[in-house]
Amino acid sequence: MLYHDILVVGGGLTGLRAAVGLCDHYNVGLVSKVYPVRSHSIAAQGGINAALTNNPESKDDSWEKHTFDTIKGSDYLGDQNAIEIMCKEAIKIVYEMEHWGCPFSRFPDGTIAQRPFGGAGYPRTCYSADLTGHSLLNTLYERAVAKGVKIYPEWFVAALCVEDGQCHGIIAQDTHTGAYVPVSAKCTFFGTGGYGRVYQHSTNALINTGSGIGMAYKAGVPLKDMEFVQFHPTSLIGTNILMTEGCRGEGGYLINNKGERFMKNYVPHFMELAPRDIVSRSIQTEINEGRGFEHPLGKYIQLDLRHLGKEKILDRLPGIRHICIDFIGIDPILEPIPIMPSQHYSMGGIDVNERAASEAKGFYAGGECSCVSVHGANRLGGNSLLETIVFGKLAAKAILEDLEKQDLKPNEKALLALKDSVMKKIHRLTQPGGERPYTITTELGEVMNDKVGIFRTKSELAEALEKVIELKDRYKNVSVSSAVLHMNYELQSAIELEFMLDCAHAITLGALLREESRGAHYRLDFAKRDDESWLKHTIARIGPDGDPVISYKDVVITRYQPMERKY
Amino acid sequence: MIRSNYYTFKILRYDAKDPLREPYFQSYHVKVVSGLTVLSVLNRIRDEIDGTLAFRASCRSAICGSCAMVINGKIDLACRTQVATFESDTVILEPLPNFEVMRDLVVDMTPFWEMYEQVQPYLIRESAVPEKEIYQSEKDRKKIDQFVNCILCACCYGACPVIADEPGYLGPAAAAKLERFILDSRDERPADSLESVNTPKGVWACRTVFRCIDACPKDVRPTDAIVNLRKNLVKNRFNMILGSKKK
Repeated sequence: MLYHDILVVGGGLTGLRAAVGLCDHYNVGLVSKVYPVRSHSIAAQGGINAALTNNPESKDDSWEKHTFDTIKGSDYLGDQNAIEIMCKEAIKIVYEMEHWGCPFSRFPDGTIAQRPFGGAGYPRTCYSADLTGHSLLNTLYERAVAKGVKIYPEWFVAALCVEDGQCHGIIAQDTHTGAYVPVSAKCTFFGTGGYGRVYQHSTNALINTGSGIGMAYKAGVPLKDMEFVQFHPTSLIGTNILMTEGCRGEGGYLINNKGERFMKNYVPHFMELAPRDIVSRSIQTEINEGRGFEHPLGKYIQLDLRHLGKEKILDRLPGIRHICIDFIGIDPILEPIPIMPSQHYSMGGIDVNERAASEAKGFYAGGECSCVSVHGANRLGGNSLLETIVFGKLAAKAILEDLEKQDLKPNEKALLALKDSVMKKIHRLTQPGGERPYTITTELGEVMNDKVGIFRTKSELAEALEKVIELKDRYKNVSVSSAVLHMNYELQSAIELEFMLDCAHAITLGALLREESRGAHYRLDFAKRDDESWLKHTIARIGPDGDPVISYKDVVITRYQPMERKY
Repeated sequence: MIRSNYYTFKILRYDAKDPLREPYFQSYHVKVVSGLTVLSVLNRIRDEIDGTLAFRASCRSAICGSCAMVINGKIDLACRTQVATFESDTVILEPLPNFEVMRDLVVDMTPFWEMYEQVQPYLIRESAVPEKEIYQSEKDRKKIDQFVNCILCACCYGACPVIADEPGYLGPAAAAKLERFILDSRDERPADSLESVNTPKGVWACRTVFRCIDACPKDVRPTDAIVNLRKNLVKNRFNMILGSKKK
């Protein structure tokens, strides 16, 4: 058994920020299934929102306006107290990251550069070219190295231990040796990322299986608002690699096969810079109604940057250009980029409050795996990098306060018992003769894509639910090729598949029950938002048979009464 | 151009936990289409053909740096390498050189990270923290551009002929990281902090053969960093002598 006062799971932005905030006070261990700089935070491109008022056009901006934009963007499902905290904290966080060395792009006066982003009243998205996640993650990792944070790289977490309402630690595997080790901790923080890989078409990294979310659910911690899935308007066709919203922030156009900037027919005032849910639906509508382009890899819409000119593209969007050349053989200086919407972000996640605390004592979560909720039904671009760092910082503060008030004693017996059950599960998965995991993963991705996508209906959601339940049943008979434990990535996938299925179940059931349209959850059969019945968070908690039991929880409203969401 | 419907992938297999078994090439026949990357083929092999194959991968968009390997003799990221770019329908995959192989295409990166940590890879400031940002001109920001782009994939480390001869050599990536901070107008590390690389196994070991530049998938030029670090060391030495004369 390994012992830490505090355990951080996840080497992305939120995990690193939490560890940096805690390591001066307690014995902290950070477990990450990849080297921290390989975490998915690295792939964020466009930027991080903070009302710094550096842009000449944003002199009247304020954290209050950032708060309002975020609440409106969330279609009023976000908790307003938490959003206020995040937007106020944003300014401090961006300066802090700059002081720690983040290489933000600059304005001519030497201040941090800011660009316009979707759904924002002012240009307030701070950026580092189109590699903002890369720049922030490297900076925080550098900070963690400077502070000597104890990191367990390429350690895979298989289970979270919660018993009698308290978290006691995790069961982790050193993937290099193959050994499974219980790790005891007074407090555990999850920054384990989203579940994008549950969908066939996703901008997410291969590691984004949602395993942390599924693990928390299995341990009895409730999930919140799982049906709210963000589809990014612009992913490259074929690979679905993200083409940042910064492309449109810098002035890029969306063009249909009639050569039209079709956003004028949907949101004439905001055009390409409407919030993501709206732009994705508009693109999908164009494609569905025959105004897309044909390609062997699928139907698409053009993202045209050519009018920005070579210099601006090379300066502001070099990463995008690199990706287009490497992955589809197109130079956006010369040709439009073929794009389609695809799964991008999970608004839902582990149910935590504005202190990043869950209902289980000693268990906290932040970033994409969590749902505070600051994004509600639709996240604004530039708010996810913000959330990761803000709630990493606030979680560290909350943990320090809570441990000050009450010292927690982890229950080692519970950890040892959990390790036994993990070993039993592995024993079962390594028996020969069962179904290989990839067939289930593939079918899961397809059904989520086809039936729990941008446009949803009762009948398709019901079919999807039936399919997910069938796949969960088939999972009981999954087995992998080899019983070797070290660097057995197929076994790791098989373990994670169970968590993916749990995520998919909660998403689909939540979507089926929510008979309204709000933010990214769009029901063709209930096309209106219905505040009377549905201005509430969906809570999914594991039931006795392993299936989710759904209940609801009030949204926190402080200063902004819900209004019609018009752009 | 896709040369045939089926390609042969020959992959070097080895497990350090089973050292008695010599490394060997295993062949897989995989159906390919235009636009397919080496990484997507690897994923398909592991999923559908051979679940025991070990390789690293994450972002699949050439930004996380996980999947560096030798692809038909050239070091590159598997995710950004198109199958159709090769002259033949056989693709040979080997682990990154200059590292111990742990399993198949997975190498032990520990020495790489040790070198990284050795250069104090973080911004060092002496001045008081300002209320807002530390100002930096656009021109100064541009100076660090290429070094900021480094994704720590270790392609350069694998390509470096000096590391092959001299274990313990600092290597190109760590030097590029150090130069990223030396060039940063905000960094205030003392001049003598460069002494850690002023050693025969530090920046002086580089033979300036530019393999690292060829291998870099992100157009970073580590050799430029090394040459500049050497200049700085000479300059510091000179200043020190001049300074002592004054006394």
